[in-house]
Amino acid sequence: MDFTLLRFEWVLIGIIVVLLVGKLTDIDKKPYFIPLINLLLVVNILLGFVPMPHGEAFGNFFRTNSLIAFEKNILNIALLLISVMGNEWLKKTTVQAEHYILLLTSMLGIFLMLSSTHILPFYLGLEMSTIPLAALANFEMSSQKSSEAGIKLILSSAFSTAIMLFGISLLYGVSGSLYFNDLANAMQSQPLHLAAFIFFISGVFFKMSVVPFHLWTADVYEGAPTAVTNYLASISKAAIVFVLFNVLFKIFGHLQEGWTLIVSLLAILSMTIGNLFALRQENIKRLLAFSSISQVGYILVAYIGFSPHSLGAVFYFIIVYLLSNITAFGVVSIVESTTGRVTLDAYKGLYHRFPTYALFMAIALFSLAGIPPTAGFFGKLFLLTAGIQPMYYWVLVVAAINLILSLYNYLRIVRIMFIENGENRIESISTNRLILVTMATCVLLILAFSFFPQVYQWGIAWYGFVR
Amino acid sequence: MNLLMLIWIPLLTLLTILLLKKDKTIKIVSLIGSGIQLLYSLVLIISYYRYRAAGWTDAYLFENRITWFPSLSIHFSMGVDGISLIMIVLTALVVFSGILVSWNIQTRIKDFFALIILLSLGAYGFFISTNLFVLFFFLELAVIPKYLLIGIWGSGKKEYSAMKLALMLMGGSSLILLGLLGFYHYSGIYGGTSTWDIKELVHLSLPIEVQRVLYLLTFTGFGIFTALFPFHTWAPDGHSSAPTAASMFLAGISMKLGGYGCLRISTFLLPEAAQELSWIYIILASIAILYGAFATMMQKDLKYMNAYSSVSHCGFVVLGIAMLTRAGLMGAILQMVSHGVMTALFFAAIGMLYERTHTRMINEMGGLMKPLPFIGSAFIVVGLCSLGLPGLSGFIAEATVFVGSWERTGLLYRIATIVAAASIVVTAVYILRALGSTLWGTISHKEYAVLKDATWNEKAVIFLLMSGIVMMGFFPFLFIQLLNHDVLTIMNNVIK
Repeated sequence: MDFTLLRFEWVLIGIIVVLLVGKLTDIDKKPYFIPLINLLLVVNILLGFVPMPHGEAFGNFFRTNSLIAFEKNILNIALLLISVMGNEWLKKTTVQAEHYILLLTSMLGIFLMLSSTHILPFYLGLEMSTIPLAALANFEMSSQKSSEAGIKLILSSAFSTAIMLFGISLLYGVSGSLYFNDLANAMQSQPLHLAAFIFFISGVFFKMSVVPFHLWTADVYEGAPTAVTNYLASISKAAIVFVLFNVLFKIFGHLQEGWTLIVSLLAILSMTIGNLFALRQENIKRLLAFSSISQVGYILVAYIGFSPHSLGAVFYFIIVYLLSNITAFGVVSIVESTTGRVTLDAYKGLYHRFPTYALFMAIALFSLAGIPPTAGFFGKLFLLTAGIQPMYYWVLVVAAINLILSLYNYLRIVRIMFIENGENRIESISTNRLILVTMATCVLLILAFSFFPQVYQWGIAWYGFVR
Repeated sequence: MNLLMLIWIPLLTLLTILLLKKDKTIKIVSLIGSGIQLLYSLVLIISYYRYRAAGWTDAYLFENRITWFPSLSIHFSMGVDGISLIMIVLTALVVFSGILVSWNIQTRIKDFFALIILLSLGAYGFFISTNLFVLFFFLELAVIPKYLLIGIWGSGKKEYSAMKLALMLMGGSSLILLGLLGFYHYSGIYGGTSTWDIKELVHLSLPIEVQRVLYLLTFTGFGIFTALFPFHTWAPDGHSSAPTAASMFLAGISMKLGGYGCLRISTFLLPEAAQELSWIYIILASIAILYGAFATMMQKDLKYMNAYSSVSHCGFVVLGIAMLTRAGLMGAILQMVSHGVMTALFFAAIGMLYERTHTRMINEMGGLMKPLPFIGSAFIVVGLCSLGLPGLSGFIAEATVFVGSWERTGLLYRIATIVAAASIVVTAVYILRALGSTLWGTISHKEYAVLKDATWNEKAVIFLLMSGIVMMGFFPFLFIQLLNHDVLTIMNNVIK
């Protein structure tokens, strides 16, 4: 067996071991710890781009191909961005090494899940990516909300896992195998198969916080430290979105007529409920949590199309989504670390005091709202274009209405930053050069990403890997 | 001629502004940038005349195409005809004047000019693109600059107005988006390949059921942009809360995007549905014309007055388009140009009065003609243009619309024409009353007696825009000659 197939995983394990050993020597008390970890993450990204053979390993449990390598590269880059954005918060905690060990373990789980071709490693990866998050959500040691978030995440995740396991048992019952290929061939439009689908997909949708499995999202996002929320809302979500192609297109490809209706209903629910609940939020993390629920609804629209364009559109959108979301949470993290507040009124007059951050935030929010010239406009439109399907036009109608609702939500934040002139202004703000440069890069990419149509093409070209 | 220049000039101006620090240089750079753009668009229109005279009969000239997202057939394809060219010149003129008018703006100068230039960029892109996706991109590009311009530099209940405007225009965009997605999808089903390209969509004959849906979606969507009744409510609030330059742009250009879309997309691409369903918009336009005129009579604020009268005037645009006659379409386009220049000058003049008197209330002003003869005269000319005095652009445009709408026989068309014509009387009432009470009579406050008349930049604005009004009033054949070929193209497609 060729061990270079697992190069992404080896690098992550390497970093985790370095951190574990380093922890014995109190490495995270040293002043060079944060630069060191950022450097390690850069190395992690660079090694990901070294060309290596693709293939299958562990008796067909594990595979890599250009699609999976690309997905992992995207997530690696996002991990570095999130890590840099959270630097200010990290400096104040005492658990830096643990934070990264858990974060990287969760990443390792995601990588395993992405590469799996069998339910067993898939399940293992999914759990491995979630359980460390419960500990991470709990990392604001002094905050009660943070413990609440941790408990909520672990309990609800266990609940969803149980449902999913039941679905897996049904799947095994109907097919006698747990290989994706065998499962795909065994699927027929029978009630038992559909039941297996529904139980299995509930677990997946739970992690993706699709309505009606979204109840944990806002509370966990609010309670968890912002750096962790950023990870939850960005990487964790993106990973499940990637995996959903394997689930919907590969395993349940033959049930397409059955799941299209379910997915389109859930897409509509997620968009609408996410946006409606965001209308009245006063806490920016909760607002962004509900907005991320509605974004997931938009992503689901693309799956309805069931064509190479779905993959292209989702690829394109998810990159834009990662950039925008990471930038938005980055600004939240900066404001939180200076003022200690995450309510919307903390942002009053941000534009008048710190125009750069206000501008970054605004561009990220416009991108989430799908307003040109940001790439979010293209991403959203591609999702809708990919989702056009006769008999399912109503999904697009609801999506179009939701564009207005979501614009209101994001404009609310923009109004507070740019137009209102509150008394409780922010007096000073941290000026961490590295964070500023990283954010500026993200924002430039958000603005310039429409000049990279290749990403869409790759998605189409790699469609064969998910079917 | 390269149409991409129309994008590059404002884009480079914008980037230069963002790099500059000193307020004075920012103003000069944006003035020079928009000046070059104005000159370039005039050069374009002259060479367009030449090409047409030399016998070029293509639907679009100066075509160019840049591949963008090939697998979705999204290409930045450009091309102009007379209709889009006249709109481009109008945009350049209004933006140039808007920058001149804003010369004395005090707060956040850099951001203000950057947003104005960005706004104009959206309009230029909209008018030159012949790919529906790119066209929609440029249409949406203007949402945020409008919101911020009103929200930050506006006056009155600006937060409310800005949000209302952004959401209502987004509602319009959503309808348009659904319509455009429909074009893309059905061109794949009925034409073999999915496309956004206007030139290919023209040759597609969609079944009438599809056409109906797309027509209602796109016409209503673009109708919201032209402040079509009952979706006009964003216009009065938005126009009156906006700073002068933004009001000029909103009423002068932004509302025209809607008219252009109704014409170029709804009517041109969906001829059968247009024949069948345009009566709906004839009714709505007639209501808008009459309602707008009566609502204007009730206004005490000059800006609200002009905003409601814009609703009424833009009703003529929709009426002309929905009548589906050659003269009607011609009149609609002329009305777009005429109203664009006129309303820009109107808002500019109101801004100048407001800067001096610090009020926009009609009953608080009086006798301003004596201290402010230059601004006062501009006010009179634009007022007379608005009520349709022969020799000024308003007369030409509205008369052409009436000729076009009278050509249609049938009770509905007759009633619509009569209603529209009757509104002129109402217009005369409010215009003359406003002019009379603000300009004539005794000076109402004694501090008004020492007001200074127009400065150099204000004189330039008045001169530029007024020459547009007069030129169209006296030489309408220049415009008709420019537009004739394209109006014929559209008509030939509608009446196959």
